[in-house]
Amino acid sequence: MTEAWTYPEALWTVKDLFVYPNEYIYWSIQIVMYPLMTGLVAGAFVLSSLYHVFGLEDLKDMAKFSLVFSFALLIVAPMPLMFHLQQPLRGMEVFFTPHFTSAISAFGIVFFSYSIIVVTEIWFVYRKFFVEQSIALKGKEGIGNSLKQLLYSVLTLGAYDIGEKALHKDKKAIKILAGIGIPVACFLHGYAGFIFGSVKANALWMTPLMPVIFIMSAIVSGIALCMLTYIVIMEWKKFRIKTSRKSWEVTAADVGGAEIDLIKNTAKYLVGFMIAAITLEILDLVFRGYTAVKSWEILRSVIYGKDFVDIFILQYGFGNLLPFLMLVIPGLTIRRTAFALALVIFGVFMMRWNVVIGGQAFSLSFAGYMHYNIPFIPDTLDAYKEGFFGALTIGLMPFGLFWVINKFIPSLKYHK
Amino acid sequence: MSRRDFLMSTLKVAVASALPLSAFKFLSPAEAKAAVEAANVRWGFIVDTYKCVGCGFCVKACKIENEIPYDAPVTRTWVERYLILKDGRMIADTPLGGRDGFTELKIQDEVVEPKEVAKAYFVPKLCNQCENPPCVQVCPVGATYQTADGVVLIDRTWCIGCGYCIMACPYGVRFFHPVYKVAEKCTFCYHRIHKGMKTACVDACPFGARQIGNLKDPNDPVTKIIMTERVAILKDEYGTKPQVYYIGLDENVR
Ligand code: SF4
Ligand code: SF4
Repeated sequence: MTEAWTYPEALWTVKDLFVYPNEYIYWSIQIVMYPLMTGLVAGAFVLSSLYHVFGLEDLKDMAKFSLVFSFALLIVAPMPLMFHLQQPLRGMEVFFTPHFTSAISAFGIVFFSYSIIVVTEIWFVYRKFFVEQSIALKGKEGIGNSLKQLLYSVLTLGAYDIGEKALHKDKKAIKILAGIGIPVACFLHGYAGFIFGSVKANALWMTPLMPVIFIMSAIVSGIALCMLTYIVIMEWKKFRIKTSRKSWEVTAADVGGAEIDLIKNTAKYLVGFMIAAITLEILDLVFRGYTAVKSWEILRSVIYGKDFVDIFILQYGFGNLLPFLMLVIPGLTIRRTAFALALVIFGVFMMRWNVVIGGQAFSLSFAGYMHYNIPFIPDTLDAYKEGFFGALTIGLMPFGLFWVINKFIPSLKYHK
Repeated sequence: MSRRDFLMSTLKVAVASALPLSAFKFLSPAEAKAAVEAANVRWGFIVDTYKCVGCGFCVKACKIENEIPYDAPVTRTWVERYLILKDGRMIADTPLGGRDGFTELKIQDEVVEPKEVAKAYFVPKLCNQCENPPCVQVCPVGATYQTADGVVLIDRTWCIGCGYCIMACPYGVRFFHPVYKVAEKCTFCYHRIHKGMKTACVDACPFGARQIGNLKDPNDPVTKIIMTERVAILKDEYGTKPQVYYIGLDENVR
């Protein structure tokens, strides 16, 4: 039987009723992480662009941070796909023989053009800083300083002019890049939705709304994650200021005061996008029920039966409704926001889960079901990659990267 | 030589040297395809559900012929058993793809008494070698491709193992090869049919429930059946245009 032969997918797929012999949950947790991560990138970038393009001054500090954070997320975005490939070493072949009828093969192109935009924008935002650093570090002693000096002077790319005029030009460039970036970010994620939406064999995925639904929830998740990370870092700073005996340029109260205003402002935008996202999802659900094509019978049994808890309790209840209420009830505090944000991110994760895993929960025979048991104990490479710890690795990676990047491109310098 | 003459003659030389180049005509992808597609073979398959008794010989033969680990819970071809009960219910199963034949009365965890059964039959399945294959459409690297004679193949050295094609096939025929870790499926025994042999499953079937033939040859017995008898295809609504035709297909077949 299945135990005698270790077919990895058979490890975590439980079959029920009439399922074809080759059917398994082939797209497991990493494919849940994949749209989650690309969504976070897109969302973080859109948040930063709100300030750069539309001049929403109240988002200034958040914008700088989320731009750099989106870069860290960007590096991680293709990782889940790599983790998932059975032949990860051949991943590059997508670039050698791109097959343009495939939604996945567009990834390389969209991803690279998007990366170029993000990197260039970061460069324009920090050019002044690079120049200043490379000048300030000149002639300082120590191997560390001279290495740093070298790095910063390379980063300036030889553009040392930080006069009024040059900086003005930079600002303009940033605005343009941020402007182009918004549609490209939406495209990056919209096409992640397209990967699913274009699979005609899957009754749950097959909807033209899929890309739009993905874009909206991406923005929601990105904004929420940026806010949460920002809060955690700021709280940590405050905590350090309070507890250390060293004297700091700012007081804990300064940090805290600036923070709550910023958070309240950003939360307003978040709530707006949440409404859009949830409306689209519900529209999709209602539409399917109303038109009730052949596949609706099995879809309904999954949506209202097998996956009821995952969809209605965890995703809509804890992931949407509860944080929504928490964010709109007056008297918002940092702690309440942080809690709500964590729930929002959880909600988006559950949405991805319900799309990816839920989409595979029923057999193509429409007469059976499959259940995914996420592997916890990483006793084989497959069980690690496609299991809980593989997902955790992906989830933590951007924070590590951000920490490193922030050492050279400080996005969180506290300005009064 | 004046400046003007010099320019003129240079131009002439340039044009002349460019001429032979244009003799190497660049084919547009459509033209290139048309040139190859002039093949006079189109492989097609017939499954006669009236003849299938569910012995599973075809599944065994296929596993051995195509080196799919015998005990792995995946297979290139399989046989499904359908029972329509007198109370109108349909139940079906395919334990291990029907490899060992259907000898038990137990189906989907319930024991069905023969007197409750109104109708029972077996349906062999395999890759439909679709005319319009979604698996080929979605492969990001082109590792899954369609040959001129209509068979969809997978390049084992090029597949990155993303599983997109597995998701895209409405018939669930694809899987990951447990050893090679790349997408895998029925190829109509491409290595055999090219030598004029039949596929392993056709050879193994003692009852003639499976047949393979050339749909472009009007005298081929398979073509004749398709032209003159009532045949059906699976899941027509997906627009994949399968080239596996069924005799005696019932609306309960999934
Ligand atoms: S049956 Fe599936 S694997 Fe075979 S050609 Fe059609 S879509 Fe591709
Ligand atoms: S699994 Fe292989 S054959 Fe299938 S789509 Fe991916 S690369 Fe192509």
